[in-house]
Amino acid sequence: MRRFTLHRLWAIVLKEFIQMRRDRVTFGMMVGIPLMQLMLFGFAINSDPRHLPTALRLVDQGPYARALVAALRQSEYFAITREAASEAEAARLLQRGEVQFVINIPEDFTRRLLRGERPTVLLEADASDPAATGPALAAARTLAGSVFDRDLTGPLARLRGKPGPVDFQVHAHYNPENITQYNVVPGLMGVVLTMTMVVITALAITRERERGTMENLLATPVRPAEVMIGKIIPYIVVGYIQMTLILLAARFLFRVPLEGSLALVYVVSFAFIAANLAVGITFSTLAKNQLQAVQMAFFFFLPSILLSGFMFPFRGMPEWAQGIGSVLPLTHYLRIVRGILLKGSGPADIAPELWPLLAFLVIALLVGVKRYRQTLD
Amino acid sequence: MSDFAIDVAGVTKRFGDKTVVNAIDLQVRRGEIYGFLGPNGSGKTTFIRMLCGLLTPDAGRGTCLGFDVLRQQAEIKRHVGYMTQRFSYYEDLSIRENLDFIARIYAVPDRAAAVQRSLERLRLANRSHQLAGELSGGWKQRLALAACLIHSPQLLLLDEPTAGVDPKARRDFWDEIHQLAADGLTVLITTHYMDEAERCHRLAYLAYGQLLARGTVADVIASAKLTTWIVAGPRLRAIADALRGRAGVEQVVAFGNTLHVSGREAAQLDAAIAAVRDAGHTWTRAAASLEDVFIGLMDTARDNFA
Repeated sequence: MRRFTLHRLWAIVLKEFIQMRRDRVTFGMMVGIPLMQLMLFGFAINSDPRHLPTALRLVDQGPYARALVAALRQSEYFAITREAASEAEAARLLQRGEVQFVINIPEDFTRRLLRGERPTVLLEADASDPAATGPALAAARTLAGSVFDRDLTGPLARLRGKPGPVDFQVHAHYNPENITQYNVVPGLMGVVLTMTMVVITALAITRERERGTMENLLATPVRPAEVMIGKIIPYIVVGYIQMTLILLAARFLFRVPLEGSLALVYVVSFAFIAANLAVGITFSTLAKNQLQAVQMAFFFFLPSILLSGFMFPFRGMPEWAQGIGSVLPLTHYLRIVRGILLKGSGPADIAPELWPLLAFLVIALLVGVKRYRQTLD
Repeated sequence: MSDFAIDVAGVTKRFGDKTVVNAIDLQVRRGEIYGFLGPNGSGKTTFIRMLCGLLTPDAGRGTCLGFDVLRQQAEIKRHVGYMTQRFSYYEDLSIRENLDFIARIYAVPDRAAAVQRSLERLRLANRSHQLAGELSGGWKQRLALAACLIHSPQLLLLDEPTAGVDPKARRDFWDEIHQLAADGLTVLITTHYMDEAERCHRLAYLAYGQLLARGTVADVIASAKLTTWIVAGPRLRAIADALRGRAGVEQVVAFGNTLHVSGREAAQLDAAIAAVRDAGHTWTRAAASLEDVFIGLMDTARDNFA
């Protein structure tokens, strides 16, 4: 008579919901973390920084020099905040971090340009943070080729930048304006779910053991699977609420174009949420107390956020790191969600990412149930 | 159906190389209140956990409510009410929510009415919305009793239910237990209090995993064959020092203004008393008390963990 029964499952589910409602801190965490992360990642973080403080050392006052400066300003990457009178001053500004760039335009710039001697403009960058300078430098390079096309007319036309032997056309698909939020906000869904789902379930069973209520539960006819599933169901609901919050924010606050099927996102997310809950349950069978459970959750969270491609490009990592990343459910979920939301992927497109996710779920569940049974009897 | 609610033999439990419960035989009749006594760490809780299916015995056999203790643990759980030593209901749930949860787990028929009855029976009704964590010790104990009764079990296993509960609440609790036993429920209860031991129909004394004595209070006292002298008067300390170490004197214990001197060899004890006896004190030969017997048993038991 060791059958799984719905009435016992329902008893656990109800109890968990009541406890969730009473536990203000945990409840606050479940709603607060997605909101806080949305604000931080959505508004504060930008991988394509513009309007960077720039010092200008303009020795030449000719029209071409001024046209160049105007073009740099136009690019939006450079905000000229200082005029440097000397090389020494320019160097000092850079050293102190008051400016990100120094643009040196030498005194014979216009003259040499008109003579066709390819004058040098020195762009000095504080490249200690490559992510901050990269896009601006790339913009400066392309600008140099075309900036004077409008001014060099008539006999001067021969000085125009010559087209290269190959015409390199770039079409930036899915996010042509390179808006960070388009990439971050859908990804955030996976990060928030990983963070809260693992921690909450890691605590859920450890708490029963720590408070002594586990002994009582074990003395009743309730089955291990009923306890586990009963504890998971309420958090699946919570996970979907968090998802919905973020999707609403993506649509209405950050104006992320949602290309694909939201229904597909919701269906696929079930596997991802369940995988994280299974990890949490496994941790809770290993941890001796709630503090250990939280620590374990962090050990899982850190590689998830760093190696999944959420923060840094996945393909830029060495192979061993990509290997670790490929095991983590967040890596695959990010690709699926970004695929559906930004690229409009359908079920067939995401299938290659869905299998590793499901495999992870099955293994985590098996380990969790096996560990859980052992600690029960 | 057998007359025994609990009928087990040779029950043994080892944790690592420590034998915590060693080959215990126990028979408890239906409708009986059976006391389980013994020092801390004597294996009482482990034995109870084996009875209700929380632990699997390493050796032994027997039945609990007619179900095999080794194989039918699920059936046993359904018909046993187990009250743990530590309060183990949900402190963030109210009294009513706790009872409702347990009733759902056991699939109690007509749940709402059963919860209401149980609230009224243990006079919890007007506190039913209070959170369990806010209750004092006595009320927590009452909630725990209500919860382990809600599925109408045939056997109650109570592990130190009255630890840390005031005397009035203890008395109410025992009245309730006797009422339940009169209705046909079997109760196995562990305690450290001698007055509670005396309220049991029968009892067993466990030390270091061994069952050292069992029977009614009178049986246990008689089987110990202990003789006790009670000494009253001034300067008992000097008397005690003079008696200790003499042949036949096994225990010298101060009880308020009197001294209890006990030993199993009555003739030797009488001789020792005669050597120390003086006119300044009153010397009375009396029946040994249960406590004298238990302390005597504990002193003679071999501590296999030491």
